[in-house]
Amino acid sequence: MEIGLTHYLTVAAMLFTIGIFGIFLNRKNVITILMSVELILLSVNINFVAFSSYLHDMAGQVFTMFILTVAAAEAAIGLAILVVYYRNRGTIAVEDIHLMKG
Amino acid sequence: MTETMLPDLVPAYGEILMAVGAMLLLMIGAFRGNKSTGFISLLAVALMLVTLFVTVSWGDSATYTFGNMFVADRFTSIMKVMVLVASALSVIMSMQYFHDEREERFEYPVLLVLATLGMMVMVSANDLMSLYMGLELQSLSLYVLAAFRRDSELSTEAGLKYFVLGALSSGILLFGSSLVYGFVGSTNFTVIGQTLSHAGDHGVNIGVIIGMVFILAGIAFKISAVPFHMWAPDVYQGAPTPVTAFFAVAPKIAAFALLVRVLYVPFGDLAASWTQVIVFMSLASMVLGAVAAIVQTNIKRLMAYSSIGHVGYALVGLAAGSQAGVRGLVIYLAIYLVMNIGTFACILSMRRKDGMVEEISDLAGLVQTRPAMATALAIFMFSLAGIPPLAGFWAKWFVFKAVIAAAVANPAATDYGLITLAVVGIVASVAGAYYYLNVIKVMFFDAPAGEFVPQKSRNMNAIMGVGAALLLLFLLPQVNSPLLEYARMAAAALMS
Repeated sequence: MEIGLTHYLTVAAMLFTIGIFGIFLNRKNVITILMSVELILLSVNINFVAFSSYLHDMAGQVFTMFILTVAAAEAAIGLAILVVYYRNRGTIAVEDIHLMKG
Repeated sequence: MTETMLPDLVPAYGEILMAVGAMLLLMIGAFRGNKSTGFISLLAVALMLVTLFVTVSWGDSATYTFGNMFVADRFTSIMKVMVLVASALSVIMSMQYFHDEREERFEYPVLLVLATLGMMVMVSANDLMSLYMGLELQSLSLYVLAAFRRDSELSTEAGLKYFVLGALSSGILLFGSSLVYGFVGSTNFTVIGQTLSHAGDHGVNIGVIIGMVFILAGIAFKISAVPFHMWAPDVYQGAPTPVTAFFAVAPKIAAFALLVRVLYVPFGDLAASWTQVIVFMSLASMVLGAVAAIVQTNIKRLMAYSSIGHVGYALVGLAAGSQAGVRGLVIYLAIYLVMNIGTFACILSMRRKDGMVEEISDLAGLVQTRPAMATALAIFMFSLAGIPPLAGFWAKWFVFKAVIAAAVANPAATDYGLITLAVVGIVASVAGAYYYLNVIKVMFFDAPAGEFVPQKSRNMNAIMGVGAALLLLFLLPQVNSPLLEYARMAAAALMS
């Protein structure tokens, strides 16, 4: 069996879905949410590279480079916010993030 | 490799100036420390004003640069002017607050300049890549700003919530971009638009429509339209008040500019598909904004639901799908800017001897202790509620007029429920008036709850006074005709 565009798109769609569910169903730890966000971005990268190869067009791979760079910056800022949050509250459990409601 | 020359930099002078300026401000801050915060804030305001004059270009035609990834026309000009004005006023309003709270840190104005730069790139984006880069530069700066008071539990929680949901929305937007790129073969808005308009009888591939809906969902997060609004109340309440004032205006204007361009340039031929989505988001936002705000006691949270409602009204102009609708949207955003900046100038003046207060009940009897501020806040509240002859009424008037005209001109369009949209919108604005009028009732008829410390900053009083005067005198042709004319030109530039 030859691996074609559809296979790559299916894998990306599955990773994307796992990422989304990881954010909404996860009740334990904020770190898991950060990992889910990375999973979403990686699924998008697979999409872009697969399409880029399929279309013989470089733009998709250029886009992937930008996404990788921004993902690194985003992870850095996310962890920094998590650290100041932990200093204030002493916990990063998702169920404890509820000071504001309504 | 045909093109080795530098791209044409002239259309992007404003962005280049902001980028270089942000780095200079950072250098000054790094060498002189937090005691120079006031100075850097003033420099940031000056930088934004200079950029404003560099950016404005009222040339007839659009100019493209950076391989057609970046566009400058009359629409981007007026949107950037609004973003820059909102950011500059936010910096001015923050100075007294951080001074009083002893939280002066020089990163604040620098981050604000960087966020504004991201918004300017968003407004000028003509490619999915420049869209993403602008959006992320803005978002990453805003996450840090939300958590800016790093010793406050509420502020860090707001930052964390904003980060998680913002990162999720960026991911959704990117997934949509990848689908659009794959099924159309280009990331450029102009090329996507041309390809889709030549799609012919086979119709457009379903993958493009799914991608478009994902992109719409991602942008809807940024403007906090229902059902993607859940972050807004928590972030507005938890973030430091000057940051909330900034969040409520500048990012919304930039995201709306982006939404308008994405809908009309690449996906203009898919109007039949996106109108339903916009109509639904508009209806849901107006109703939720009117209903959920009634039970709020915190005024920042109240303003969050109020802004969700106003996003719904602004989307009405987009649902019309006509040039008049886009014009109405631009007018709406300009008036929304004045109303919100003015209201937040009042909220930032709610300070007792032992610190800031932000409950609506703290405003009780304000008319006896601070009559001028009470009058100004009453004008802002009447205008937000949409009571004629204040500007807030005319903002709604233009969008509803556009949507009704669109429904009459094209009876087939009634399938999308444009008439229902107008009727529900007017009912929601009457219901929503309740909580605005409640604030006025508390200020004017309740027993005083204790005196606020007089506002020391003359700038704040000036912002309140000028804002209230603009809203009050909107019917004067000298006040409204420039806005109406520029909005018409902006809409014409985008739709041509």
